[in-house]
Amino acid sequence: MAKTLFEKIWDAHVVKPESTADGDGAPAIIYIDLHLVHEVTSPQAFSELERRGLKVRCPERCLVTIDHSTPTLPPDANGERPYVTEQAHQQVETLYRNCEKYGLKLHGWDSPHRGIVHVMGPEMGATQPGMTIVCGDSHTATHGAFGALAFGIGTTEVGHVMATQCLLQRKPNTLGIRVDGELRPGVTAKDVILHIIGEIGVGGGTGSVIEYHGSTIRALDMEGRMTLCNMSIECGARAGMVAPDETTFEYLKGRPMAPQGEDWDRAVEAWKALPTDEGARFDREVVIDAADIQPSVTWGTNPGMVIDIRSAVPQRDDAAAREAFDYMQLRPGHPLAGEHVDVVFIGSCTNSRLSDLRAAASILRDRQIAEGTRVLIVPGSEATKQAAEAEGLHEVFLAAGAEWREAGCSMCIGMNGDIAQEGELVVSTSNRNFKGRQGRGARTVLASPLTAAASAVTGKVTDPREFLTEPMEGAA
Amino acid sequence: MSTQAQGVIESRTFVLAQEDIDTDQIIPAQFLTTTEREGLGQFCFYQWRFNPDGSPRQPGALDDYDPQRQQVLVAGHNFGCGSSREHAPWALLDIGFRAVISSQFADIFRNNSLKNGLLPVEVSEEVARFLIEHPDHEVRIDIPATQIHIAELGTYDFPLDRFSAHCITEGIDQLDYLIRHEEDIARHEQRRAG
Repeated sequence: MAKTLFEKIWDAHVVKPESTADGDGAPAIIYIDLHLVHEVTSPQAFSELERRGLKVRCPERCLVTIDHSTPTLPPDANGERPYVTEQAHQQVETLYRNCEKYGLKLHGWDSPHRGIVHVMGPEMGATQPGMTIVCGDSHTATHGAFGALAFGIGTTEVGHVMATQCLLQRKPNTLGIRVDGELRPGVTAKDVILHIIGEIGVGGGTGSVIEYHGSTIRALDMEGRMTLCNMSIECGARAGMVAPDETTFEYLKGRPMAPQGEDWDRAVEAWKALPTDEGARFDREVVIDAADIQPSVTWGTNPGMVIDIRSAVPQRDDAAAREAFDYMQLRPGHPLAGEHVDVVFIGSCTNSRLSDLRAAASILRDRQIAEGTRVLIVPGSEATKQAAEAEGLHEVFLAAGAEWREAGCSMCIGMNGDIAQEGELVVSTSNRNFKGRQGRGARTVLASPLTAAASAVTGKVTDPREFLTEPMEGAA
Repeated sequence: MSTQAQGVIESRTFVLAQEDIDTDQIIPAQFLTTTEREGLGQFCFYQWRFNPDGSPRQPGALDDYDPQRQQVLVAGHNFGCGSSREHAPWALLDIGFRAVISSQFADIFRNNSLKNGLLPVEVSEEVARFLIEHPDHEVRIDIPATQIHIAELGTYDFPLDRFSAHCITEGIDQLDYLIRHEEDIARHEQRRAG
C-alpha cells in the first residue's frame, strides 16, 4: 500500500499498536530515537525519576544542552555569568547536577556545540531522516526538515521518554501543504511559513502532521526547510516535515554524529526509501502558489495575523482583532510599514543560522542602524557564532551598531532577561508574537532576517526589497 | 504527581471569552525558571491580573473568579496554543480548576492536561457560545460517560478516549503502564538493531 513519509516513520516505530475496540483502549506505544533535553522542561521530569527510583533508560539517545535561561552577555572579569535571577542560574545548575547523576552528556558552557537545541541537533548531525525526535519544547518540529517525525511534548512525557524511551501516542492526521513555483526576490522561507499560517490560521493544523512538498520546498536549502518546519506548531500542527533528498544528505555528510563510511552508504539507501509514495494520500491538502507570497509580517498578537508587508492592517471588527489593534497600537486600514521600530531581534530557533546571519549582513554591510533603534543579533549556537565570525559577519554587525551576543534563545522568549520594554515595537525573526512574549507590553512584529535588517537601517518597518540589488540566494 | 481520582465534576463555570488563549498568557515565561511544579497558581494569567510592579490590575481578569464554586473554566476557541510548557495545566490546577471547556484545544495542551488530571472538554461552537454568554453557569461533567450536562441547555457528549477517561477516574499512571511493556520495548530495539 502506498504510504506517506509520516506513515513510514510511524509504522517503523510502533512498539505496540493502538488498542483495538475490545482492548484497553490504550494509544500506541511509539519508540523515540532521539530525545533533546534542556533546562526549562526537564527538572520536574528528573524529580519524578528520583521519586520513583528510576534511571534514564538510554542516556546515549539524549542530546542535552542549556539554551533558554542562559545569559547572552559574556562572563564578567571573575568568570561570573550575568544570570537574570538566581532562580535562572539554579535551573541551569540543576541540569548540570541531573546530568551528572543520571549519566547524561551535557553540552554546557564549555561545549563548542552548545546552543539552541534545535540549531545544535542538526549542526551536529544528530538529527537524521526517518527518526522519531521529541523534546519538551514545541519548536521540535524544526527537525522535521530532515524527514524526521519530530514533535514537542510536556514535562510528564519527558519523564516517560527518559524512563522508557517511549511515548503513548494517538496517530495524528496528515496534512499536505504543496507550494509550487519560484519565490520572488526578497521572499524567504520565513515569508513562506508566515504566509501559510496566515492562510490556514493558528488552529488550522491542529491534530495533524504537515508534510511540506512541491517545487518551492525542494528548492529550499536545509536551513530554509528548518525555518519552515519550525513554525508548524504556530498553526497548531503536531509536526511538520519535508522528505529527505540530496540536499538533506549533502548537509548531513561528515557531521560529527552522522553515520560514517559504510554506515553512511547504508543509511542513505534507507533514507531514499522514506519519501511519500506515488499514490499515497494526505487526509487533507492545501495548495499554495509561490508567486502569491510576498515578504510577510505579523500585525497582531498571534502568528496567524499576517499581512504582505506592503498591505494595510486589515479592516477587521471582531473582538480578537480589536484587542490586537489595542495592544499593538495600530489602526485598521493603516499600513504597518513605516511604523517606528524600537528594537530589532535577529535570532531564535527559527532564524539564527548562518544563512540568516548572512542575509542580515547583506543589508547591514556598510550601513548604519537608525538612531533610536537597538539591534540584538544572537547566533543560534557556538558553532554558528564561530562560522559567522570566520566570515567576518560580526564585524559587519558591530560596525553597523548592532549587539553581537552569545548563543541562546534570548529575546524570542525573554527568559534570560533579554526583553523589550513596555510599548516598544520589536521587529523579530522569532516565532511568536503573543502578548508579553518579548517583555511585558512589548509589541512584536514577526519577520524574516531580511525584513528585520532593512527595518534596522531605516528605524521603521521596511520592505527589504528597497535594499536588494540582486536576488538573494539561500536566505532562510 | 499522581492524577487525582475523580468521576464527576459538578460546578459553576468561570468564563474567559478570548479566542486563541496561548500558554504565554496562562503562565508567562518569566515564571518558567522554577524547578518545581507546585505553587504556580499565583502566576496563572499573571499579566491579566497584575501590573508590572506586582500590584493588582484594576480590573483584573480573575476578579470575579471564585475557586470554591467555579472549578470549570470556559474559554474561547483554540485554548492553550503555543508553547508546550506543562506549567500551564499545573498553574490552572493550582489555582483551582479541574476542567476547561472550549470549542478547540491545542494538541500539546490537551495532552499535558490529561497527564495531570485537568479535563479538557471539547464542545461544539454553539455550546461554547452559550456558555460564554451565560457565565457562572451550572454544569455537571460525567467523565466515565464522557458527557456534559448544562443546565438550561442539555446534555452533550464530548471526545475523551476510554484509556484517558480510565486513567483520570482511576488515577492510573501512564508511566507505570509504559514500564509494564518493557519486554515489548526491548524486543523492538532488538528488531531495529538486527
